[in-house]
Amino acid sequence: MTPTIDLSLGEVGAALALVAVALVVSRWQRADLEADIGVAVLRSFVQLTAVGFVIQAIFDADRLVLAAVLVAGMVVFGAFTARRRAAQVPGALGLLLIALGGAAAATLGLAVGLGVIGPEPRYVVPLGGMVVGNAMSAAAVALNRLGDEMASSEARIEATLALGATTAQAVRPALRRSLRSGMIPLIDSTKTTGLVFFPGTMVGMLLAGASPADAVRLQLVIMYLLLGGVSLSAVFAVTLAYRRFFTPAHQLRERCE
Amino acid sequence: MGDAPLFALEEVSVARGGAAVLDGLSLVLDEGSTCVAGPSGAGKSTLLRLLNRLREPDAGRVLYRDVDVRERDVLALRREVSLIPQLPALLEGTVAENVAYGARLAGRTADVVESLVLAGLDAAYAERDAGRLSVGEQQRVMLARALALEPRVLLLDEPTSALDERARTAVEDTLLDLREQAGVSLVLVTHDLDQARRLADRVLWLEAGRLRPVADRAGA
Repeated sequence: MTPTIDLSLGEVGAALALVAVALVVSRWQRADLEADIGVAVLRSFVQLTAVGFVIQAIFDADRLVLAAVLVAGMVVFGAFTARRRAAQVPGALGLLLIALGGAAAATLGLAVGLGVIGPEPRYVVPLGGMVVGNAMSAAAVALNRLGDEMASSEARIEATLALGATTAQAVRPALRRSLRSGMIPLIDSTKTTGLVFFPGTMVGMLLAGASPADAVRLQLVIMYLLLGGVSLSAVFAVTLAYRRFFTPAHQLRERCE
Repeated sequence: MGDAPLFALEEVSVARGGAAVLDGLSLVLDEGSTCVAGPSGAGKSTLLRLLNRLREPDAGRVLYRDVDVRERDVLALRREVSLIPQLPALLEGTVAENVAYGARLAGRTADVVESLVLAGLDAAYAERDAGRLSVGEQQRVMLARALALEPRVLLLDEPTSALDERARTAVEDTLLDLREQAGVSLVLVTHDLDQARRLADRVLWLEAGRLRPVADRAGA
């Protein structure tokens, strides 16, 4: 039996010493981040504790439908969060719900279908959370870039439409750049994993006493799932979003000339 | 059908941000060369975009050869009635890729060299990087790109605004040749009344979204 970490609340509290270091640095350098650090510490404690109880309840009930409801809740919260980064995209909330929901459903469905994970809450809940979190970041970055591209490339896009290009043809270079923006951060971190940093799941498993081989295998599964989820999320988001900038007659919507 | 005007605008209004850009405008444009002159903000660029349906009127209708532009295939319309915007907006890549782009979308192979020569550029430009050309050269590549579609009408938005005098004269000569030799009808927008008179059979003066007689313009 490998030893596992059994932390008391007191030991968690002891880790706050490192938060004190952050506060001192902020005060010393006049970064004016003390309040933000305080809010971050408090929110992380409350949110993780609350979600811990929720996950425990779902694990105890051992019902897949409850896990699905929790993942759906994450999708909704993620879409609201990402919407702030996609302010230039009209009606971003609806398409973010579709992008995040679609990415989570397809990724988890495929993982279960291929037998990579079992259809049980103890797999679906944590992996669902990671997929939705990463999908949210990718969709937000991709949509943010798409909004910038539409603003900066408006003249070029209209000149292309004027040659008889369809909306999809005219916007293709901007879509390509937006997709790359959404996907590159995870691809880069996947490339450097193990060299520049150890990913969270692997660290967690090692700390919990698992063998390095097991930790690595699970981490690889998760990274591959995340790559799929992020790709789907970014591609769903931008392919749905670009249409909002055009009319069905291949015209740019209201613009400045 | 042969007597149908090239374009007809019937009571066309366009507003932007609550302000009228075109205000109940009615006019007929015939084959040949027409120039719409007027001060900045008069609605000239908007008028041009209505003609190949890059913009929709809020009221009224636009006819091309007696058919409402909304009843036509919009992509085919834009290949037949090709608009060249005021500022160059080329795609990344070579000049040849840019010139061939529109024709390729239409399923045709463009004669790149012929289009370049028609636009006043020589064949050596074909393999140059479009992003490294001067603004004047880019403007001519825009013209070549439109000509590669073999349009029946060219819509030109301030076609020489970015050019020096020598390049401007060359582009004007090219446009006059196109009209005379290729039978391409031209609709130009400019704020330069002298250029309008050099290039056009007919000059219209647009001000505050309405047509005015050219003679009414102070100093005309």
